[in-house]
Amino acid sequence: MASIRENFRALRLPDFCNLGTWLRVLLAVNGMALLAALFASRHLAALPGAFAEMAPHVELVALGSLVVLCAGRRWLQRLSPLAQAVVAMLVALALATFFSALVAPLESESPSYAWIWFWTALVVVVLLVWFDLAARAHAPAVAEARLMALTARIRPHFLFNSLNAVLGVIRADPRRAETALEELAALFRTLMQENRELVPLSAEIALSRQYLDLERLRLGERLQVRWDVESCPPDALVPPLMLQPLLENAVYHGIEPLGEPGEIGILLSRRQDQIVIEVANPCNAAGTGSHHAGNHMALANIRERLTLFFDLEATLATETAAGRYRVRINLPYRRGEPA
Amino acid sequence: MTTALRVLIVDDEAPARMRLRNLLDDIADSMPTVVVAEAGDGVEALEAINGMEVDVALVDIRMPRMDGIELARHLAGLAKPPAVIFATAYDQYAVKAFELSAVDYLLKPVKAARLAEALSKAVRSPAAVAAVAKAAEAIEPGGRRQLRCMERGKVLLVAVADVLYFKAELKYVTARTREREFLLEESLAQMESEFGSRFMRIHRNCLVARAAISGYEREHEAAGEAEPRWALILKGVAERLPVSRRLWPQVKAALSQ
Repeated sequence: MASIRENFRALRLPDFCNLGTWLRVLLAVNGMALLAALFASRHLAALPGAFAEMAPHVELVALGSLVVLCAGRRWLQRLSPLAQAVVAMLVALALATFFSALVAPLESESPSYAWIWFWTALVVVVLLVWFDLAARAHAPAVAEARLMALTARIRPHFLFNSLNAVLGVIRADPRRAETALEELAALFRTLMQENRELVPLSAEIALSRQYLDLERLRLGERLQVRWDVESCPPDALVPPLMLQPLLENAVYHGIEPLGEPGEIGILLSRRQDQIVIEVANPCNAAGTGSHHAGNHMALANIRERLTLFFDLEATLATETAAGRYRVRINLPYRRGEPA
Repeated sequence: MTTALRVLIVDDEAPARMRLRNLLDDIADSMPTVVVAEAGDGVEALEAINGMEVDVALVDIRMPRMDGIELARHLAGLAKPPAVIFATAYDQYAVKAFELSAVDYLLKPVKAARLAEALSKAVRSPAAVAAVAKAAEAIEPGGRRQLRCMERGKVLLVAVADVLYFKAELKYVTARTREREFLLEESLAQMESEFGSRFMRIHRNCLVARAAISGYEREHEAAGEAEPRWALILKGVAERLPVSRRLWPQVKAALSQ
């Protein structure tokens, strides 16, 4: 009994405001409606009709429940997982009853409420169990291991070149060497942390500034940086080590192969409920092919981590226009606790 | 060693050049050296050593404009090629190629003892040009990307891909691009062996880029000639290139493929 109770206490409920959750719930209820229609109709020819009759009902109930649960999320999160599941169940039952009563005058026969309650309860239980299982498959061990493997990557090229640069200036400018080593230490401390929690954007910006300062030691005037972060809330939560790898890419592919100074542009802004992160660097058309593989790996890595953190709500797109290569990330604006 | 080794340092990062200078100072007692030039990329290096003799070149691989592999190919073509020692922070692919062709290389950060060892090796068995060429071909196949020509002390680079034809005239070889001609200090035979896959010999004094040929036509016949003479029509330039009688069957066969 204890283990079952433990299981209930550890029940993992989905984020009711997440688009991915909505998509999955809608797919699931429609699938189940189709299944129910299949049982209800005696001929295959009657199936589309039966489904068309049922689908709007179940979709209304599903969408209505999600809206209510999403709106009440802050309040809901204070409850225990089991209580949350019960609330979800009650909301779905109430809405099912409400919609059935609403359409009852239009129907020829009066609805059987016992039947509706049974189906609704069944669908809710199936969905909750499924979300719980899916969440378990992702977290903690699996997703954490994936996150660890994904974040603990830095180009050896950068590490060894930076160390070499520090050794190069250590006699002529010991203070500059000191700063560089401090920055290197801070960078590696972040790299080696367990990066499974979202971090405030301000922390990512600070880390990225340190990184760029290190690169400036090697590249000097060749590396020009333009920050545009005024219109972005610093408390927005982002996956750790998301900006720095983008900048590392920009330096490696955009600045290092360039014979003259080049500019990296970093634009962080907020558009309604979205945070937009954009990194642009010069791209030479005659770029050597062998280096693109590394770029794709870094982007695939960031894309996968965005999915782990935000599911379908974050996107990453790249474009090459007017001699500039641009990476743009859109992610939902989540506010962190003020530090 | 009684005389100091003349060293060229090529790296696009100033601190990395400084580091090598420091190390050369440190080992000066056992391995006397003098840095004759420093450069930030391959092009600068070629400009810096114009007409100057160098014993050893310390060359970074990843550089803008002209990388270390391409620079090594250019250095190998000099009258007295220096020994090339490559330096890289992390390039497993290149390192593997160096090991396979027994070309010496340094890993950054470089250690003084390792640098001394590499220099003394370079002095004992100078410039294994063939080995460097082999490694270079493994890392960047297809020969050089650019040819160099000196004009008023400046190094001009001509992309091999832009060359329509090479023509030998008296002492020099000229490379013709769509825009103009460049004087090269290399022989036509050298060009043929390096770029044989892309250029075709059509005359004792001429190599044509296969991709530049658009067709051929009969030349005006001189009085009393029994056989017709043929000339190639090129893309982008109006002039025609005569094909020698002896080579015409080969050229025609290649064109009809």
